[in-house]
Amino acid sequence: MNEPFTSLREELRYEKTNRCVQCGYCLPACPTFLTMGKETHSPRGRINLVKMAAEGKIQDLSALEEPLDLCLGCRACETVCPTGVEYGVILESARAALARRKKYTVAKKAMRSFLFKKVFPSRKAMNLLGNAMWLYEKSGAQKLARKSGLLKNMPAHLGEFEAVLPQTVSPAERSRLPRFTPAQGEKKYTVAFFVGCVMDAMFHKINQLSIQLLAQVGCDVIVVENQTCCGALHAHAGEVEDSKQLAKRNIEAFERHDVDFIVNNAGGCGAMLIEYDHLLADEPQWAERARQFAQKTRDISQVLVLCGGVQGKAGRAERVTYQRSCHMTNVQKVTREPLQLIQSLPNVELVEMEEANMCCGSAGIYNLVQYDASMEILDHKMKHVKDTEATTVITTNPGCLLQMKLGIEREKLGDRMRAVHLVEYLAERAGIAEPQPQPVASQS
Amino acid sequence: MKPLTEKQLNEIRQIVQTGRVLTSESDRFSYAYDASFGTYLPDVVIQTKDVQELAELVKFANRELIPVYPRGQSTSLSGGPLPVKGGMVIDLSVMNDLLEIDEEDLVAIVSPGVLTADIHKAAEKKGLMYPPDPSSSHVSTIGGNLAENSGGPRGLKYGVTKDYVIGLEVITPQGEIIRTGGRTVKNVTGYDLTKLIVGSEGTLGIITKAILRLIPKPPASETVMAIFDSLVDAGRAISRILTSGILPAKMELLDQASMVAVENYQPSGLPKDAEALILIELDGHPIAVRDEAEQVFRVCREIGAREVRVPQTKEEKEQAWKARKLVSPAIVRVKPTKISEDATVPRSKIPEMCRRLQEIKKKYNIDLVVFGHIGDGNLHPNIIADKSDKEEMRRVEKAVAEIFEAAVELGGTLSGEHGIGVMKAPFMEMELGAAGLEMMKRIKQAWDPNNIMNPGKIFPEPGQKLVLSE
Repeated sequence: MNEPFTSLREELRYEKTNRCVQCGYCLPACPTFLTMGKETHSPRGRINLVKMAAEGKIQDLSALEEPLDLCLGCRACETVCPTGVEYGVILESARAALARRKKYTVAKKAMRSFLFKKVFPSRKAMNLLGNAMWLYEKSGAQKLARKSGLLKNMPAHLGEFEAVLPQTVSPAERSRLPRFTPAQGEKKYTVAFFVGCVMDAMFHKINQLSIQLLAQVGCDVIVVENQTCCGALHAHAGEVEDSKQLAKRNIEAFERHDVDFIVNNAGGCGAMLIEYDHLLADEPQWAERARQFAQKTRDISQVLVLCGGVQGKAGRAERVTYQRSCHMTNVQKVTREPLQLIQSLPNVELVEMEEANMCCGSAGIYNLVQYDASMEILDHKMKHVKDTEATTVITTNPGCLLQMKLGIEREKLGDRMRAVHLVEYLAERAGIAEPQPQPVASQS
Repeated sequence: MKPLTEKQLNEIRQIVQTGRVLTSESDRFSYAYDASFGTYLPDVVIQTKDVQELAELVKFANRELIPVYPRGQSTSLSGGPLPVKGGMVIDLSVMNDLLEIDEEDLVAIVSPGVLTADIHKAAEKKGLMYPPDPSSSHVSTIGGNLAENSGGPRGLKYGVTKDYVIGLEVITPQGEIIRTGGRTVKNVTGYDLTKLIVGSEGTLGIITKAILRLIPKPPASETVMAIFDSLVDAGRAISRILTSGILPAKMELLDQASMVAVENYQPSGLPKDAEALILIELDGHPIAVRDEAEQVFRVCREIGAREVRVPQTKEEKEQAWKARKLVSPAIVRVKPTKISEDATVPRSKIPEMCRRLQEIKKKYNIDLVVFGHIGDGNLHPNIIADKSDKEEMRRVEKAVAEIFEAAVELGGTLSGEHGIGVMKAPFMEMELGAAGLEMMKRIKQAWDPNNIMNPGKIFPEPGQKLVLSE
């Protein structure tokens, strides 16, 4: 290494690794420790590796690569840590330090740059992706591809993911997300709705329903112009500068409106938004603005509860279970509200699964880039899901939603179980949305 | 020690057919620590569930004179699993398949990698209880508990790990598989090797199976929390309770410094100006524990407690115990390095020990808090420091030595439940005397003539001193 020793120490946030007293309390909470069964893939192990690199005991940083790559970033370890180690900060700093030194192959570099700089941050690109998916689905290409067995031979197991992709909406409909939706009845709050990139492109319907639900409980809903991707995927991949740029663009866009809350419906995005203050803490012109933005950030479940909840209609009796979003639990610390909303619905019985706080293995794009590790975690999760004998699995984040759909496919439970976003479920139960086709077995 | 040769590693790979042999830098560094001090790099880490393979490995190590370090989940606070001389770490946490509760014999049969809390849960499902409950029981393995003879807050009434082990399967340092004890409570056939192995800190062999005694689970419990303006009064209250025919399951103490730390960290309504808080748990028949809780309440009042509470609901009980749980996280907010000691004294000497601890705190100008299992004399004086401050760490070293001296002088011991490991080895002779220590060495020599099993532990190397300032 030809750079000054102290700079690497600072880059790796050595002072934060020293907070870890190596008690091991994080081990049982860590999904990768559980499935991979070695200390190297535990929070304590990873923190130690970063510490050893910072102390110069590990000279070749590539020793850190695999352990850090295989971390889901679910941050369940932070919730159980008795000494308050900021694992998320250590992980992202170390990943950034590695990314800075990493010599990616030309192709991989181009791919990273394309994804992080062009696709996620661009409404246009994500729109295009959404449109392409719609076209693919509607044109019959999907049918053809599924029939021909072409999908099975696709790289990175994309074929399996294709099977669980949501029903898309047409480009025309997507452009119609209303700029302003007035509150029904007495107005309680004015909220700005954060549409997100993946949510908007792939789960547009959930965004539409979110706005309708918010309006129904008494919120004026503004869809702010010029908002962009939250930057979470960038930060997790060590591209911190990019996520800072995106954060600034969002802060600028949302500052133009005087609102009570900035509302999102994706656990992962919400976790990023609520940490903008940490992200921009070192930039004097932005720190205060970021703090205000973070303070106003809420998950949709919080606002719905604050407005008195969603009035469910007495529908079909059903047993459901709730798969938590890790980032909603461990970063946003939003845990009660989704449960409250579900439990308030008539004829709905909520059965919690074992190890409910354990990650499902989705974790941003982890299930794409670390497919095998992710599937092992998912299979572990599905055992507990199955045991609940629920017919609907409720989630609060797009990644988790896709992953649970995939889990249901893998377990061949498609005839008696489905996965939905909390918003979809509430809308369905409130009579706003058409119920999605029920699995066959539960209709009888 | 010389590092292992490629030939030796290949032979290990030959032996370990069903498990994993880890040699990458990242893996070796991940098995180089525990919850105490220091980093010691092993040459190889081995994971296998197969007892025969393990026995073969130990035979091989004994032949080639390779150090063997058995390890659970490395929550040790004394350096028990640290591979201080390199060699092989055997990760027994993977050996977690066997957890059988036999209701008729009132025993649990377990493999060493089973988590202690999972034994608690399995026993409770059948209305039974495995009493030893170290605070780390949701992470620690039973194998580690057996090796270190772990205690926990229930020691006062129920004793410690060794009081519940009646049989073991052990791989000796020569690679033989032996069985000690059995499934009966009564067993006087020959030397009690079971009790010798438990608490031997992995220096006499590798435990591969254990038979544990279970007892019926007490149907009810009550909690009493009392706050005292003077530490001496708290001590008197404890003595009075214990001499009035009541044996609580747990008696925990928080001193003023712990309460201040908790309040500064997460305000929980503790008085910062009081000198002591005691938490008492009574368990047994519901009518009996009700009555005992009232008696305890009265005793604390009579002795002059500032406040006594008997929480009624489950939530209130949890709230009361939360203060105790918050001490550890609260104190490390002050400074990052925590030296957790477990010097233990006879119960009658607790007030004197507390006084000495305050003197040591002043003398060396260190951040010292005292909390712990006061009912069995097992205090946890914790020193909070910053290991990057060398000058402070040297003061801490002296203070720790003096804490040990105080405990031994008062008729107590270096370690109530954490074990000797590396850190306390230099003080062994002080407690045992030269002849006592020599007898222990002879036992070790007889069991492990080549000194391959967890070498560098318990027994001090010539001239070894406590070093915390790396």
